Amino acid sequence: MPKAPAASRVFTTLSGVPVQPVYGSEDLADLDAARDLGAPGEFPYTRGIHRDMYQGRLWTMRQFSGYATPEETNRRYHYLLEQGQTGLSVAFDLPTLMGYDSDHPFSEGEVGKCGVAICSLEDMEILFRGIPLGEVSVSMTINSPAAVLWAMYLAVAEQQGVAWSRLSGTIQNDILKEYIAQKEYIFPPRPSMRLVTDTIEFGARHTPRFNPISISGYHIREAGSTAVQELAFTLRDGVEYVEWALERGLAIDEFAPRLSFFFNAHNDFFEEIAKYRAARKLWAYLMRDRFGAKNERSLKLRFHSQTAGCSLTWQQPYNNVVRTAIQALAAVLGGTQSLHTNSLDEAYALPGEHAVTIALRTQQVMAYETDVTAAPDPLGGSYFLERLTLDSEAAARDYIRRIDEMGGMIPAIEQGFPQSEIASASYQYQRAVESGEKVIVGVNAYQAADEPIELLQIDQSAQDQQTRKLAALRARRDAGRVRRALDELQRAAEGTENTMPHILEAVRAYATLGEICDALRAVFGTYQETSHI
Amino acid sequence: MDRRIRVLVAKPGLDGHDRGAKVIARALRDAGMEVIYTGLRQTPEMIVNAALQEDVQVIGLSILSGAHNTIVPRVLDLLRQNQMEDVKLVVGGIIPDEDAAELKRRGVAAVFQPGASLESVVEFIRAAAG
Repeated sequence: MPKAPAASRVFTTLSGVPVQPVYGSEDLADLDAARDLGAPGEFPYTRGIHRDMYQGRLWTMRQFSGYATPEETNRRYHYLLEQGQTGLSVAFDLPTLMGYDSDHPFSEGEVGKCGVAICSLEDMEILFRGIPLGEVSVSMTINSPAAVLWAMYLAVAEQQGVAWSRLSGTIQNDILKEYIAQKEYIFPPRPSMRLVTDTIEFGARHTPRFNPISISGYHIREAGSTAVQELAFTLRDGVEYVEWALERGLAIDEFAPRLSFFFNAHNDFFEEIAKYRAARKLWAYLMRDRFGAKNERSLKLRFHSQTAGCSLTWQQPYNNVVRTAIQALAAVLGGTQSLHTNSLDEAYALPGEHAVTIALRTQQVMAYETDVTAAPDPLGGSYFLERLTLDSEAAARDYIRRIDEMGGMIPAIEQGFPQSEIASASYQYQRAVESGEKVIVGVNAYQAADEPIELLQIDQSAQDQQTRKLAALRARRDAGRVRRALDELQRAAEGTENTMPHILEAVRAYATLGEICDALRAVFGTYQETSHI
Repeated sequence: MDRRIRVLVAKPGLDGHDRGAKVIARALRDAGMEVIYTGLRQTPEMIVNAALQEDVQVIGLSILSGAHNTIVPRVLDLLRQNQMEDVKLVVGGIIPDEDAAELKRRGVAAVFQPGASLESVVEFIRAAAG
């Protein structure tokens, strides 16, 4: 019989915060219910942003999805919508994320591998063929070239005859967390922030139901941060975006209601729920006290969540269904507005159809069979959870103060502060796994021979197809119009006006993503981080 | 000779997920090796040049994006062209079994898949460079 790991250990949360043997009312002596909790739907929204929460409306079930060509991904979208998914979420491939066309030498071997390849408006038209953009909300995980992909999306809506005012969805557009964690950046921080601010301003004027940004802790956590670091760096990123938009001359309540957030749902069930509750509370106070927001919608932190990809194991992959279900439950008990559940095969590859269906069914079982949706914030009042919520908030405030003292998030990034905090946390965690102090079932305990699973294969044909389409597009389009649009965009980028109208014109002329990003690279330059280990 | 083992840890391709590369780099350093980390988005040419300049015995590539079948053979070709066959190439990341077997057949010394222990990586490199 395999030996079970010892249970007599000092308990800590996944993030290493010590946990007491038992919690009681004496642990909440500093809790002031009016100041710290409020009722669900009331300031400071610790207990949720709606009075009736899921009784009124379930969260949006939104599986992040994209692979190979736009034609193949479009088929997957139709499949997911037929299976009862209620929103779409686009995953782009690495060349698209980095602003390169599929036929660029850097794209060799990467086209369609981590998401769908989108090179021009033509690809975006194919991606949403037969999908009514006035009815389905669409989230797009795109950051450095977000303005370009969003312009393509807006142009497809025009073609479908859908007014921009009816569009709902989100572009991730959170460049700060790219420098901090995921590292898919093109331009240096300041011109990148200018592009983000251009989209926030454009959105405030033209797309009242669209979120121009999703301020993301997900990738910070995946890079190995603790829950508190995820919380703190994400909210401090939010502060940075607000300050840039105010500097642009926007009024806080003009744009703040459309700021949205994105958090990880990791393994430590209570720590995660505390994180979401603390996030809502912190944001409400920051918006009211630091920025003077008056509109209630500016104060409410709305968030998407995704279960933790980094928690999935290659060994015994079916166990991943269980991990994902528990993580998803934390997100729901924490009051998420939308949710992606990972598929069991995602430690290996992008999800296959069978695996993604189980992941979606996990959400449907939770939503319709378990009644966890019956009451808002059902764990509110738990001694342990309230203590964790207060402690998460205090630790996050401390980080936020330190970053304020550094002069904001951009100087902090330039000094490598969040990056090195995360790298240290991830190394400590790996050491704990290595020593057996942290148990990962199937990896460092209860090992067994692996059962092979069926995987989605993406071959070279995606790159070949994309390259052929690009050649035909370049031959067919009005080259003069493309040149003029790119020149105009470059001129706008050199000045201070909003670049969005010029990006839209370039997109409508079928300038490619790579061409548009090249025009911007010529003005802004590119960014290279100094790496520390 | 008591020269310390020198390892180049490199992140090729467009992917920016550097958690694994950084953890491995720290673990090798803590095990007493000299570690040079290239940073992100290195081409095969840049990696082999750095290996030559830094006079390393081992190159570790971290690839999670699925581009390994394009990138790794190029690094192997460049090592051969530069008469650097004595430099051991190890690869870590999301590498399916059949691809791992093929890469090893072509000359990769070891492939470390998700869940591999830090200790196994350290031990392999110590033996390979010794």
